[in-house]
Amino acid sequence: MSDTSLTTLPPGASARKRINGIDVFMWALRCAVAAIAIFGAVATLLQGRYSLAQWFDFAMFGLTLGSVYALIALGYTMVYGVLRMINFAHGDITMTGAFAGYFVASGVSRNGLLATHPVLAIVAIFAVAMATCIAVALATERFAYRPFRNSPGQAPLICAIGVSFVLEQTVRGMFGSGVKSYPLTTWHDAVINVAGLRVPVVNLFVMGCAISAMVILYLIVHRTRMGMAMRAVSEDKAAAALMGVDVDRVVVFAFALGGAMAGVASVCYALIYQQVHFFMGFAPGIKAFGAAVLGGIGSIPGAMIGGMFLGLIEAVGPALFLDGLGITAPYQLRDAIGFLVLLMVLIFRPQGLFGEAMAKKRA
Amino acid sequence: MILEIENMSLAYGNIEAVRGVSIKIVDGGIVALVGANGAGKSSTLNAISGLLPISAGTIRIDGQSTKELKPHQITRRGIVQVPEGRRIFGRLSVEENLLMGAFSRNDHQAIAEDRDRMFELFPRLKERRRQVAGTLSGGEQQMVATARGLMARPRVLLMDEPSMGLAPLVVEQVFDTIQAINAAGTTVLLVEQNALMALEIADHAYVMEHGEIVLEGPGPELAGDERVISIYLG
Ligand SMILES: Nc1ncnc2c1ncn2[C@@H]1O[C@H](COP(=O)(O)OP(=O)(O)OP(=O)(O)O)[C@@H](O)[C@H]1O
Ligand SMILES: [Mg+2]
Repeated sequence: MSDTSLTTLPPGASARKRINGIDVFMWALRCAVAAIAIFGAVATLLQGRYSLAQWFDFAMFGLTLGSVYALIALGYTMVYGVLRMINFAHGDITMTGAFAGYFVASGVSRNGLLATHPVLAIVAIFAVAMATCIAVALATERFAYRPFRNSPGQAPLICAIGVSFVLEQTVRGMFGSGVKSYPLTTWHDAVINVAGLRVPVVNLFVMGCAISAMVILYLIVHRTRMGMAMRAVSEDKAAAALMGVDVDRVVVFAFALGGAMAGVASVCYALIYQQVHFFMGFAPGIKAFGAAVLGGIGSIPGAMIGGMFLGLIEAVGPALFLDGLGITAPYQLRDAIGFLVLLMVLIFRPQGLFGEAMAKKRA
Repeated sequence: MILEIENMSLAYGNIEAVRGVSIKIVDGGIVALVGANGAGKSSTLNAISGLLPISAGTIRIDGQSTKELKPHQITRRGIVQVPEGRRIFGRLSVEENLLMGAFSRNDHQAIAEDRDRMFELFPRLKERRRQVAGTLSGGEQQMVATARGLMARPRVLLMDEPSMGLAPLVVEQVFDTIQAINAAGTTVLLVEQNALMALEIADHAYVMEHGEIVLEGPGPELAGDERVISIYLG
């Protein structure tokens, strides 16, 4: 923020033209980050340490991870759309789905269903994870958010952080704090060849699920009455109510859709990393939130593209930007790169890639 | 009586915006509510629509108090507001805006017929049915807002300053439309700053000042009342 209140301007003078220290610092920061990124990328490419196949692997992993971020980001963006509130517990809601999916997965793995009827078993895992996420999301909305919706200040946000802790600690208390490894499917480590490039089946599977879920979501939002009502509510709640829309029902609908997407994401995420843990929702939650902001919070295509972009940056970024700078073990800095991108967006384009200017918002 | 407001008061925090207002709306006519900026007209409409809580008095629809009703339930009882500033859904298409207007209805066949009727009433909207409504001109947006309100098949249409910000020629059209809507059987409660025009077409009218009704009577009669003229024409 530029500080104009300290200096009194003569009447009629334009404050816009003034350049102060903070502006200079911001520009310097912008240039420095761009310079490091470009320099690092050029150096990496000149060194030629990575083959084309390796770059392809990075990109493939990035898109896989990104599609999961995108699914989670949709939950943030839809709830923000209808309530103008950040559901900070969304990452942990996703975690509850991963646990539910894990229990079904280890059940079907032990009784052999996973081997004999893999499709049925996987549908069951997804169904239970989605149902769990939806149920937790709706309970959170009903008992933790709705009572505080009209309270002043940051009450809903603080509530959301509280819910996040409650979910984490409840799962920890019930199932322990250890890492549980996800039962492996037979095809989990399979790799297929596409034009000489090796593509892990699990990546294709995760992307396929995520993209199907997003297509279905898109159709629901754009082709159904409730979807239309949701878009109307996120533009103007009072006007939508005047049209006969029960805003509370639309809010429930948005939480349910977000929960369903989180359920799909939770299983995908557990398949990628092959484990579940009570704290596993935190990092993807924060990153997906970042992805939603990156795309322009409230925008559904924005969340999808923001998620993909963040996943890609995270997977390709360390090798591309850092390797050439001579940084050892650039992968340790994966999260740092992801969050740096986020920070840059928040600083330089707070409305996100697809977000509209806040000035357009009506009182 | 469809709609009856009795001794209604409401406040924003400590600031009383409406005091002891009583308005009666019987089936069939045009009722005008006029007054200067900040008189409390929009607040009155929003209270009727259930968007604002009232602090005293009662609002009745068909003799039943609306105290427990939420805004969407009031709309479903046929009391539909076309809000001030149009408030169309700018990112939805023109056609989606009209369908939103019919959100409280379930008769799909009749909704499609009504939509086509709106396109007859406003041919401009038909040409632009797939266009995102936020890109329309002000006059076209007012058409969307009006058509959207009518799509609910209201018994009473509450219109808050439909002529606001429109060119004089378009204002004429808006007033013609209001009369046509009324002639087709919809009761209208019209809030206007364009006081004289509103009074001319009103069967009955109320003049509001500082949150209170200060004058009431048949519209054309009030239009000639010197107190009204002195207030609004200076
Ligand atoms: N949200 C609000 N918070 C506080 N005060 C408000 C709010 N809305 C309206 N008021 C005040 O209530 C009074 C009545 O406002 P209202 O909008 O009902 O007037 P109006 O007759 O519709 O005026 P206009 O012709 O300008 O639309 C005004 O003094 C206004 O400042
Ligand atoms: Mg007003």
